[in-house]
Formats: sequence, structure tokens, C-alpha cells
Amino acid sequence: MSGSTLGNWLQSRWQSIVAGIPFIWLLVFFLVPFFIVLKISLAESLIASPPFSKLLDWGDGGLPSLNISIDNYAYLWEDSLYVRTYLNSIKIALICTVLCLLIGYPMAYAIVRAQGTTRYILLLLIILPFWTSFLLRVYAWMGLLADQGTLNSFLMWLGVIEKPIRLLYSQFAVYVGIVYSYLPFMILPLYANMEKLDTSLQEAAADLGAKPMAGFFTVTLPLTAPGILAGSLLVFIPATGEFVIPDLLGGGNVLMIGRILFNEFNSNHDWPVASAVAIALLIVLVVPMMLYHKVQAAEARRGT
Amino acid sequence: MTQESAYPWREEGATPFISIRNITKRFGNFIAVDDISLDIYKGELFGLLGGSGCGKTTLLRMLAGFESPTSGSIIIDGADMTQVPPYERPVNMMFQSYALFPHMSVEKNIAYGLKRDGVARDEVKDRVADMLAMVELSDFGKRKPRQLSGGQRQRVALARALVKRPKVLLLDEPLAALDKRLREQTQFELMNIQDRTGVTFVVVTHDQEEAMTLSTRIAVMDAGRFMQIGEPAEIYENPATKYIANFIGSANLLPVTIGAKSNAAYEVQHVLSQTAFTVSSDQTLNAGDELTLALRPEKILIDKSPLADYENQITGIVREIAYLGKISTYRVETPLGVTLEVTAPNQVRPKGTGHRIEWDDEVYLGWNTDSAILLKD
Repeated sequence: MSGSTLGNWLQSRWQSIVAGIPFIWLLVFFLVPFFIVLKISLAESLIASPPFSKLLDWGDGGLPSLNISIDNYAYLWEDSLYVRTYLNSIKIALICTVLCLLIGYPMAYAIVRAQGTTRYILLLLIILPFWTSFLLRVYAWMGLLADQGTLNSFLMWLGVIEKPIRLLYSQFAVYVGIVYSYLPFMILPLYANMEKLDTSLQEAAADLGAKPMAGFFTVTLPLTAPGILAGSLLVFIPATGEFVIPDLLGGGNVLMIGRILFNEFNSNHDWPVASAVAIALLIVLVVPMMLYHKVQAAEARRGT
Repeated sequence: MTQESAYPWREEGATPFISIRNITKRFGNFIAVDDISLDIYKGELFGLLGGSGCGKTTLLRMLAGFESPTSGSIIIDGADMTQVPPYERPVNMMFQSYALFPHMSVEKNIAYGLKRDGVARDEVKDRVADMLAMVELSDFGKRKPRQLSGGQRQRVALARALVKRPKVLLLDEPLAALDKRLREQTQFELMNIQDRTGVTFVVVTHDQEEAMTLSTRIAVMDAGRFMQIGEPAEIYENPATKYIANFIGSANLLPVTIGAKSNAAYEVQHVLSQTAFTVSSDQTLNAGDELTLALRPEKILIDKSPLADYENQITGIVREIAYLGKISTYRVETPLGVTLEVTAPNQVRPKGTGHRIEWDDEVYLGWNTDSAILLKD
């Protein structure tokens, strides 16, 4: 009897259960850590374990006192290192986004236009790098770009250069690494968008007298704008907070916010400042994230 | 200059407006269009009719400039267009999917072609307004295509293709996406607009009824070649082959052997049953030739009593009746060993539940000497 009651209950509730599980997941693994980080960012640094002051202090009188300090945020603003690093991260992420777009757009277009199996092979080649670890691929770039690495050796063998040029541990290496790593995130949304594009629209533009360039700017580009925006945000948002690439390929020479964050946590053991850096980064990225969600929602509406 | 004839193709030496000369189009090993030539005259509403994969759309796309022919040439109004890109041709196309720009309003869609040509803003405005009035969508200019019904979109597509006053308008299955009622209404609208604008229309369709209604002339295509080119009535009454006889309308086909000739008619013998018929024909045929007698269902009279004035008469038993309202189609089993299809108008309103001719009735079928034709292949 109880089994059938449970069965009935499951039957009537299964929709809310199915929908509820991901919510609980997000609550536990996203929202809770976020509030922990937010809490630490409002604490004071201590030499203790854990190395920050408590939010609620149970004083001698038994009354709790609330310890909230925005000193960490003020510090981020006052020390020009942080502002400069944020701006530098955004600059690098922006340039990489534009580079990814310039490389990825023609690639996505070529894949959509390819016939039959060629198309799927090309698509597979875009996805293939995901089959190996991201970290390994960045290490591979270290090997390619090092002073005694593949690229320098090849250029010296060709006789283009006489001694190795500095490629690794430079701004250049960071750009190469980010563009390489995030290119699929640009191509895939563009591909998804372009695939839906009716080729007869481009033919109609040509038929009505638009030369290829005019047709591209008046028809193809506006209709692929949602794909461009989605791809750009998918590259820009993670690239801004990127840590591994600037750390491994940029060495100490490239300031990006991910590295600062790492240093605050691990070298300075200043958890509150590190948390403030993280929260500030989140605030910086909230605008593009909201934009991305708006684009996604608009696309979903149009698709139906 | 002499007055333009309404039927220029009937005249000797008339100048064609579009001249397709020995056009071939290959895709790899596949020959989509196989060495065809065709002249289309100014002001025609020319129908390209055929099943899917017959090459009609490829031919249309070559006229538009989206495909370039493997060999041969296309001349429009005296100018060789074979290598001219689509954006420089005096030709516009109405796409099967309409291909309206979804991010532009109806007005902007129609104005698109004029803007590409650098037409002055005021003139663009006037011409767009004229077009919207012509297709009766003046109140819909600000809407986006997705806010329109199928029929309205079709009219926007037509307006967009006509606003540049092209020399030739190409229409790819213009009515295929509409429901039956709207399709019939739009057919007449299309003919009307063609008449008013005087633009030469080339229409691709797989629907033989549509082709018959719309066209001044029809080219029937199959496997990349023209099987017959002619006025609708000519193709219907004098199909060149069995394939066309069956593709345009339907026909009863009987294999026959040619016998003696008397006056303009031949005595023929049905191969299977040795039954004799007379068929008039202006072809020169030899006794003993094997041909096919083609007889349209509506050219056979059906009655329950013997028919007086018909040269060819047989009896039969009604096996199936399809009642279509204004007409009925009967499938009549005959002593020929074949079942003939016969249609007859339902002129008399049946009393009670019974019809004039019922299932399993014995009936008399009759047709005249010139009702049937003889086909060689």
C-alpha cells in the first residue's frame, strides 16, 4: 500500500522533482560557495586558521557582533595594481575576442558551406582538441614557443633568424594561447547560427542587385549577429578571468586578474583580498553575462 | 514596326526576348540540363513543367545567374547574359521559400533592390508604395515578414521582385506553399499583374493544372530535356508522347496495330482483343505499325442505353465510381480486357439515393473518330 502511495506521489510530482534537482545542484555548488567567498571578502585578514575574521563574533556578553569590513574593496581601488590588472585583463580578453571572431567567422562559414561528410569532418576537427586536457595543450604550446622550441628551431633552420626570438613568456604567447584555446567557443555558436541561415536569402540579395560585399553586410552579417554576440561572450567572459594561460605562457610578464587572485591566495595568504578580487571580477563580468543570457533567450524565442 | 502579336511564337521570324541556346549543365557526372534550346517572347507567361529532378529549377537558376551553364548561352533582350553575375542581370526571381529578409520590414524588403541601385530616396518611397498598393498590402509596410500570413508573404515576395521593373521575372513554384483555395485565387492575381506590368514571366511548377491555367506556353521537361513545347491546349489535345499524355491530365492508353486508311482516318486493331476502332490522324502511317491509341477519359461518352452517333462503341461493366461532385470518374471493365477510365459531368441531380449509373451497371461507351489520337512513343 505504501509503495503505491509513493508511486502516486512520484507520478504527480515527477515534474517538480526533475526540475528541482538542477536547482538544488546550483544552490549547493554555485550559490553556497559564492556566499562563502562573499563572506570572506568582507572579513579581515588574520594570521590564523582559517586566515580571516569571523562574520559573527560571540563576545563575552553573549551578544553577537557583526564584523563587516569593506576595507578589502577599498584596498583594490586604492592600489593601482589591481585596477591596472583588471583593465589589462579586459584589454587582452577583448583583443582575443576580436581575433577569435576574425578567424572563427570565416571558418564557421566554410564549415556550413561544406558538403556532406566534409562538413562533419571539419566540425569534428574543431571539437577534437577537447579530447585532450586543456592543460596539456597549453604545455604543448610552451614546447612550441620556447627559446629552443619547435618554432624557433624551424625559423633558425630556415635562416630567417640567427638566434632564438623571445616568444614564450610574452604578451604574444598569451594571445596565441587564449585565441587557440577559445577559438572553438567562437566557432560553435557561429556554426549553430549560420546553419539555420537560409542560403536563398543570400541569393535573393544578389538577385536584387547586391554585390557580394553588400550582400554580406546587409543580409548575412545582421542575421548572424546573435551568433557573433554569443560566441564573443563565450570567449570574452572566461578569457578575462583566465589563469592557466597567462601563468604558463606569460610568465611574470603579463598581468592578468587570474594570476593576481592566485598570488593573493597562495603567496600572500590574504584570503579576504583574494575573495574581494574574485567578487569584483564577477561584478565586472555581470554585464556581459546578462547580455549573453538575453541573447540566448531571444534566440530561443526566435527558434520556436 | 508591326503591331505586336498576342501569339508571337506562332509567327514566322518573330524576335525572341529570351533565347536559350544549347544549354547543358552538369553536376559531376549528373546531367541536370541536357543541351536544350528555347525561345521565349516578350510578355509571355511561360511555364516550365516537370517532376522533381527534371532540371526545371536548374534551368531557372541559370536564367537568374545562380548557376553557370557548362556549355551554351543565354541571351536576354539581345544581350548575352551567360557570364553575367546575378546582381547585374535585368532579371529578378521570386523564390519558392520567398526568401524575405527576416530582419527587415516589408517596406525595407521591397526597397532593398532599389537601394542597391542607388535610386533616390523619394523615388524609392513612391515605388515601394506603388508596389504595396498593387499587392494590396499598403497597411502592412511596417510589419516584419514573420507577422504576415503565407499569402501575404507571397505577395511581398512578388512586390520585391517586381519593384525593379525587371525585363524577366522568374518564379520558382510561386504557389506551392499556399493552400488550395488561396492558390486558385492567386493564380488569377498573378496573371492579372503579369498583364498589367507586361513583364515576361517564367514560372517553374510541378503542378500541371497550375501550368495549364497560368501559361501562354508550356515546356514539359523530363531528364533534363524538353519533351514538348506548346500552348496548353495543344499539349493537352496533342501530347507528343505517352508520358506527356499521362503527365498532363490522364489518358487511357491502348496498344494498337494500324490497318487500312480511309479518308483521314485509320482503321486500327487493339493488339490484345483484336477489336477494331477508327482514329483520325494526319500522320503518315503504314499498315502493320504498332502505335498507342490515347483517349482522354472525358472524351468517352457513357450511357446505359446504346449510343447512336459514335463511330467507336464498346460495352462494359462499371467497377468503380469516384464521385467528385461536379463530375464522376468511372472505371469500366470492357471486353477489350482492359479497364477504361471515363469521366462524365453530373448534369442530372439524382432522385433519392440512386445515381444515373451505379456500380456493376452494364454501360455503353462511345467516342468519335477524332476524339482519340495515335502516339508513336
